[in-house]
Amino acid sequence: MSEQAPPAAAAAARPRPWRGALLAGAGPFLSVALALAVGALFILAIGERPGEIYALMLRESLGTGYGLGQTLFRATPLIFTGLAVALGFRAGLFNIGAEGQITLGALAAALTGVALAAWPWPLLLPACLLAAALAGGLWGALPGALKARFGAHEVINTIMLNFIAFALVSWLGHFVFQPATVRTAAIGPGAELPRLERLWGALHGAPANAALPLALIGAAATFVLLFRTRRGYALRAVGLNAPAAEYGGIAIGATQTLAMALSGAMAGLGGVNFVLGYKHFFEQGFSGGAGFIGIAVALLGRNHPVGVTVAALFFGALAYGGLVINARVPKELVEILQALVILIAICVQGALERMARRLP
Amino acid sequence: METLLFLAAAVRISVPYALAALGASINERGGVINIALEGMMLHGALAYTLGAFWTGSAWIGVGAAVLAGVLTGALHALVTVRLRADQITSGLGINLLAVGLTKFVLKAVFDSSSNSSRVAGLPEWHLPLLSRLPALGPVLSTPLVLITAALVVGGQWLVFRSVFGLRLRVMGERPEAAAALGLSVERVRSAGVLISGALAGLAGAWLASEQHSFTDGMTGGRGYIALAAMIVGKWSPLGAAAACLLFGGAEALQISLQGSAFPSELLQMMPYLVTMLALAGFIGRAVAPRAIGIPSDPEKDA
Repeated sequence: MSEQAPPAAAAAARPRPWRGALLAGAGPFLSVALALAVGALFILAIGERPGEIYALMLRESLGTGYGLGQTLFRATPLIFTGLAVALGFRAGLFNIGAEGQITLGALAAALTGVALAAWPWPLLLPACLLAAALAGGLWGALPGALKARFGAHEVINTIMLNFIAFALVSWLGHFVFQPATVRTAAIGPGAELPRLERLWGALHGAPANAALPLALIGAAATFVLLFRTRRGYALRAVGLNAPAAEYGGIAIGATQTLAMALSGAMAGLGGVNFVLGYKHFFEQGFSGGAGFIGIAVALLGRNHPVGVTVAALFFGALAYGGLVINARVPKELVEILQALVILIAICVQGALERMARRLP
Repeated sequence: METLLFLAAAVRISVPYALAALGASINERGGVINIALEGMMLHGALAYTLGAFWTGSAWIGVGAAVLAGVLTGALHALVTVRLRADQITSGLGINLLAVGLTKFVLKAVFDSSSNSSRVAGLPEWHLPLLSRLPALGPVLSTPLVLITAALVVGGQWLVFRSVFGLRLRVMGERPEAAAALGLSVERVRSAGVLISGALAGLAGAWLASEQHSFTDGMTGGRGYIALAAMIVGKWSPLGAAAACLLFGGAEALQISLQGSAFPSELLQMMPYLVTMLALAGFIGRAVAPRAIGIPSDPEKDA
């Protein structure tokens, strides 16, 4: 199993660690390129030209102010859910529950915004953000605690909790939805996040809002937590090698529960983009699968806050690009591309890492 | 009579769960996690609809559904067994792919984003005695109900009494021991995943046949309920089928309680809550095969 080369060979080859890093770092780009190539076959099958379709997607989602604003709006919740999944992965846990967590976070933010509608914004806005983080955090901490206490697999439990969350929202809907709708009343004006077009006129008409800077703060905070704090070190140690971490004095169960709570809180905050920044109410099915796409975002972003942010922008552009091409190619092409990126990325990453290990 | 009618309804609802959960028990016994059940079912449902639509024959639809399930299984096996990538992520990717792909094809073939044209359903089988039973007659005249029951019994035999089952279970517990005996981990594990795909595809055929059409996202999370049933049934085909009947019963109750004051959403949560309790060890311990989720090929690892 030893990968060490004999001294003579090592001296001849000279260690060049950047080659391995470069090889591994090329994974996300290669995966996207391959996914687009396979996606092109679907475009051809429908009788369209892939080059034209991809160019159209790119132009409309990033080339105009309005399109960029739409892309940023769609990228915002994906930054949150991508960070959520990445936080879990860093601790060696797979949080598939971001969809349930973002749903409950959004509902909690909306109900707080409705109940305390008269409060002034410096109180109401933080209250709504806190409610979103708490609701998502509790929903995430539960499978974390079950893992820590009973060794129950978090993957199954987070899947189950997604469905329980959906049923819970349906049930609560009887009491909190407007008659004959699946949406709540509107939140108080103090809870509304302003649109970015007020700062940057080029985005005129697009729904991108102040949840985006919040997401970037979330990414920065995640970076600091993971790489600059003791708790973050513990979290990564548990993810890399739990028995060794325990031997080093780290409480595995508590760290896992904390990681899942933070992960859930991050996903829960993703709900404010829609509720506080766009519609100003909660609506069933608002998320558009942001919780699940967060898995793709974390995967492509290699569980690093910077990578996650870039990957979220890519998937945001893809999501809006799908709407643009819908007249020529079914917009479901985007869902196919998302899935292909996931499937190809896990294969490519593994292959590249194996190759990098074999480098001299 | 009332009870029998309720039982008949529960059986009907359980059929797709039982088929997919049976497949899941088989592949997970081999050490491969299969979250892709949902996507396999969705592909199966669309393939049934296309097969029945183009040929007019429901049985050709069933064949197409099984084939679509096997192909989806082959993708999962390629990614996880051959290329040894993460099994959970692969399953999620396949489910996402199925959602997009089925809608894409729906638009291309039927020019609709929500539903297909009406297609034939499976005809009834009128067997002596069985079909005449009070209340249960209709359900026992339904071909896929009978086939499912036979497959569950056959599956139990396959996993616990056959040579293939023994090999499969070794792959799930100690693949390195199996490899030392000269068995191909890749081949046995892949076979488990392909069987699972075939069964989940058949489950999809049932859904489309019952409804006489394909509608977008028609599996509605049933693949995940089947996965839950497999856990509650402790990775055994008979146990999983019993859990499916329990879940199907809860759903039948939900339908019969519609309009009453009892909140049906609470019953809807039941399967998920039971599964979480089982995982936490409150309903007997649900323990997964030892080597599950670990991509393994000792020949290549060595």
